[in-house]
Amino acid sequence: MDAIRCKLLVIGAGPGGYVAAIRAGQLGLDTIIVDAEALGGTCLNVGCIPSKALIHAADEFEKATHFAGDNPLGVSAGKPKIELAKTVAWKDGIVNRLTTGVGGLLKKNKVRVVEGWASFIDGKSVTVKTKDGDQRIRAENIIIATGSAPVELAFLKFGGDVISSTGALALPAVPKKMAIIGAGYIGLELGIAYAKLGAAVTIVEAMDKILPTYDKDLTRPVEKRLKALGVEVILGAKAKGLSKDRKALEIEIDGKDKAIPADKILVTVGRRPVTEGWGRENLALDMDGRFIRIDDHCRTSMKGVYAIGDVTGEPMLAHRAMAQGEMVAEIVAGENRRWDKAAIPAICFTDPEIVSAGMSPDEAKAAGFEIKTAMFPFSANGRAMTMESEDGFVRVVARADNHLVLGLQAVGGGVAELSAAFGLALEMGAVLEDIAGTIHAHPTQGEALQEAALRTLGHALHI
Amino acid sequence: MGVHVIKLPDVGEGVAEAELVEWMVKEGENVSEDQVLAAVMTDKATVEIPSPVEGKVTWLGAAIGDVVAVGSQIIKLEVDGAGNAGPEDAAPPAEKPKKPAAKKTEEKKPPPAPEPKTEKPKAEKPQTKSAPVAAAAISGAPRKEGEKPLASPAVRKRALDAGVDLRRVAGGGPAGRITHDDLDAYFQSGGAAPAGASRVADISVKEIPVIGLRRKIAEKMTVSRSRIPDIVYVEEIDVTALEDLRSKLNAEKSADRSKLTLLPFLMRAMAKAIADQPQMNSLFDDEAGTVRQYGGVHIGVAAQTDGGLVVPVVKHVEARGLWDCAAEIARLADAAKSGSASREELSGSTITITSLGALGGIVTTPVINHPEVAIVGVNKMRVLPQWDGSQFIPRKMMNLSCAFDHRIIDGWNAAVFVQRIKSLLENPAMIFIED
Repeated sequence: MDAIRCKLLVIGAGPGGYVAAIRAGQLGLDTIIVDAEALGGTCLNVGCIPSKALIHAADEFEKATHFAGDNPLGVSAGKPKIELAKTVAWKDGIVNRLTTGVGGLLKKNKVRVVEGWASFIDGKSVTVKTKDGDQRIRAENIIIATGSAPVELAFLKFGGDVISSTGALALPAVPKKMAIIGAGYIGLELGIAYAKLGAAVTIVEAMDKILPTYDKDLTRPVEKRLKALGVEVILGAKAKGLSKDRKALEIEIDGKDKAIPADKILVTVGRRPVTEGWGRENLALDMDGRFIRIDDHCRTSMKGVYAIGDVTGEPMLAHRAMAQGEMVAEIVAGENRRWDKAAIPAICFTDPEIVSAGMSPDEAKAAGFEIKTAMFPFSANGRAMTMESEDGFVRVVARADNHLVLGLQAVGGGVAELSAAFGLALEMGAVLEDIAGTIHAHPTQGEALQEAALRTLGHALHI
Repeated sequence: MGVHVIKLPDVGEGVAEAELVEWMVKEGENVSEDQVLAAVMTDKATVEIPSPVEGKVTWLGAAIGDVVAVGSQIIKLEVDGAGNAGPEDAAPPAEKPKKPAAKKTEEKKPPPAPEPKTEKPKAEKPQTKSAPVAAAAISGAPRKEGEKPLASPAVRKRALDAGVDLRRVAGGGPAGRITHDDLDAYFQSGGAAPAGASRVADISVKEIPVIGLRRKIAEKMTVSRSRIPDIVYVEEIDVTALEDLRSKLNAEKSADRSKLTLLPFLMRAMAKAIADQPQMNSLFDDEAGTVRQYGGVHIGVAAQTDGGLVVPVVKHVEARGLWDCAAEIARLADAAKSGSASREELSGSTITITSLGALGGIVTTPVINHPEVAIVGVNKMRVLPQWDGSQFIPRKMMNLSCAFDHRIIDGWNAAVFVQRIKSLLENPAMIFIED
C-alpha cells in the first residue's frame, strides 16, 4: 500500500495528541492523528472524566444518605438506592459525547484520523495496523503522545477481581468490600467514591502517609474525612497477593501477615509511560529514566520527532500534555515557542478536594527562597459555612523579599475550581499585593485566597 | 530613607575632569552594592564607578559626553537609613552640570563647573513618598544572576515572537516583572532583534553617539590621514629561522618568564635599525616645523580592547633585553585590556607597531600614530613554497607593511629601514650581536 504523506503525524489521541492535532490543523498543517482506541485517550475514556462522573454520582448518593438521617438542614428523604450499571451507562454517555466532540473538532480542523496501532519503521515513517490492513504513513514531523498505563503488580495481575482504575470505572454493581492498594490520588478518589456508594473500603499504603506528594497540612482534612466515611487506611503495609481462596488481599504490616477480605481489589500504585509496543527500538531516542527525554521545545534526541504528555515524565497530567501539544504544533508551524510555564496546577478530587499550584512552603525553602506564608481557614469563610464545608484552607507562599507569589494551595470542598485563579496568579507573576488588591466576590470560597494573601502581608480582615 | 550622594572620585594623578562615557543605570532603578553605575574616561583610561551602597537611583548628574569635574556630584541614591547627604545635598537637583553646548566649536574649553549650592538649602526634605516599605522592596529590584525573568504569558509570547530573550529586558513591574511597557521600551531602545524565523527588511537606524575612546580614536585617525602624506612599503620576510629560535627559547624558558611572541624580536630588531636611522624614531611637530628625534626608543603596541584601540607603550626598548620586552608587552596588554593602564603607560611612544596576529592579513596600510613618523605593521605568518635554486621548499613567510611620513622620510630611507629589519629577522642571531 502506498504511504500517506503529511507534515505532522501525531501518535496517540489523548489530550496531548488531539490538542496538538487540532492546533496544527488551525495553523494549516497537513496533520494525521493515529490511535488504536477511542479518541480522547485515558483522560476522556478511562481517566479524568469518567472518574469525575463516578465521584459526582457518589457525592449525590451520599447526600441522599445524609438526608435519610437526622440532619441540620431539616431535609428528610427516604433511604437511597443505587443502580451502578445505570450510573456507568450515564457516565459512558458523557464520555461518548466528549469523544465524539473531539472527533468533530479534528474534522473541523481538517485533521485526518487513522484508527489503528502505529509502529515506527524509522524516524520519519510508521506502519499503522488498521482493520483494513497495514497503512504506511510518512511524516516530516512526528509527535509521540503514547501516554501512560496503570502499573501492574507482578504478584497481583489484573484480571478477575483484581482491577485497575479502568475496571473500577465500569463495575456492574457496588462491591460490598473493596481493598485498594496505593493511597495516591487515584486510589483515594475511587476509594472515597466507593465508600460513599456503600462499599467497605480498606486502603493499603506502603508509605507512612496518604498522598505522599502533598504536605501534612493539606492531607489532614482528607484523613479526617476518610475516618468519617469509615474508610480504613493501613499505612506502612506491603501487599503480598491474593489469599488462596481469592477472597482476600494478603498484606504484611510490622512483620505480621494480615488478610483483608475483599470482593474487589483495586490496584492503584501509579502509572507507567507507554514506551514499548510502538517500535521505539527502531528509533534512537534518548531516555530519561522510564521516560522519553525531551528539551524545552519537547524535542527528543531525534530531529523532527517530538514527545509530549505522560510518556515524557512527571507530572503526568492531561493539562500539561495539552499545553505541550499546543506548543509543539506551533513549533512545527514555524513559530518560536519554548516551554516557559510558571506552574502546572495539580488537583486531587478527593473529599475534600486538594489543589496545589507552584511551590509548597517546604519546596520553596528547599529551592533557597526566604518565604512568607499564611493560610486562611474556610471555618472563617461565610460561603463555606453555608455549604457545610468548613474544613480546609487556602494557603499562600511568597518570597519574603519582593512578595512574588511562589505557590498557592488549598484543601476544601469544591476548591478544584480555585486552580484557575491559582494558575493565573502564578503565570502572571503576581505579588501578594496583587491578590490582596483584587476584589474577590462575596460570598465565595475564593475570598479565602484574598484573605490568605492579606494574612501573609500581616493584615487579614476576617480573622 | 536618606540620600546618598556619589561624587566623581579622583580618577588619576593630575586629572581634574573626566568625560562621562556611559551610564549603566537609569533613574528609578534599584542598584546593589558594588554594581557599576557609570564609566568615565580620562585621556585614554576608562574608569568604572561602582556604587558604595545599595539603593535606588533618584538623580543622575550628567549626560553622556559631559565633562565632569572631579568632586562634583554625579549620582544620588535613595538609601535605607540616613545616607551621607548634608542638607545642601538634599536640595532638589535643579542644577545639573550643563552639557557644554559650546563644546563642538570650542573644544578645549572646560565645562562649567557644577555649583550645587546656588539654591538655598531647603530644610531636610525627604522624598515625599510615604508608601509602605514593601512598595520600595517589590518594585524593580535588579534580577539576580540566573533568576528567571518574570513576565505574563502574553509578554512572554510577544518576546518569543520578536525573538527577544527576556533575560535581557529589565523589568519595571512588581518583583521585577517585565510588562508590555518594559518590552516596548526595549524595542524602542533598539534592543529589538529582527523577527525570528522570517526574513524581513530591517529599516531601523540606530544612532550611536561617538564618544569617549571612540571619539579620541576618530580624532587621531583624522589628524593622521589628513595631515600625513604617507608612503607604504611592503616587504616579505622569511621567518623560518626566527620561528625555530623562538620555539626553542620558549621550550627552554624558565617558568617565571612570559612566553615569547614575535613582537619582542621585532622590537629588538627595530631598536637596532633605529640606531642606524635615528630619524625613524621622531615626532614631527609640523606646526612648529620641528622634528624631535628621540634617543630612547619608545615603541607603542596597538592593542584591541573591548572599548576600542589603545596603544600601550614599551619604553626604552634600546635598553631592554628580549625577555624584558616580552614581559613588558604582556604586562601592558593585560593592563590595557582590564582598563587599568595608566596615562603614562598609554602615551609617549616614538614609533608604533601594529599587529593583528593571525588576523593580520597579507597587506595592510597602517595609519601613522601622529605625530610619529613611522609605523610597522605585522601581517600574518604562513607557510609558502620558496624556490631555493633547485626546488621549492616550505618556508614560514610573513609580510611587514610599514608606513612612513613622506615629509620626513624619503622612500629610499624607508626601504633601507625595512630591509635592515628584514635582514635582522631573517638572520636572528644578528639581532643579538653587539656592534
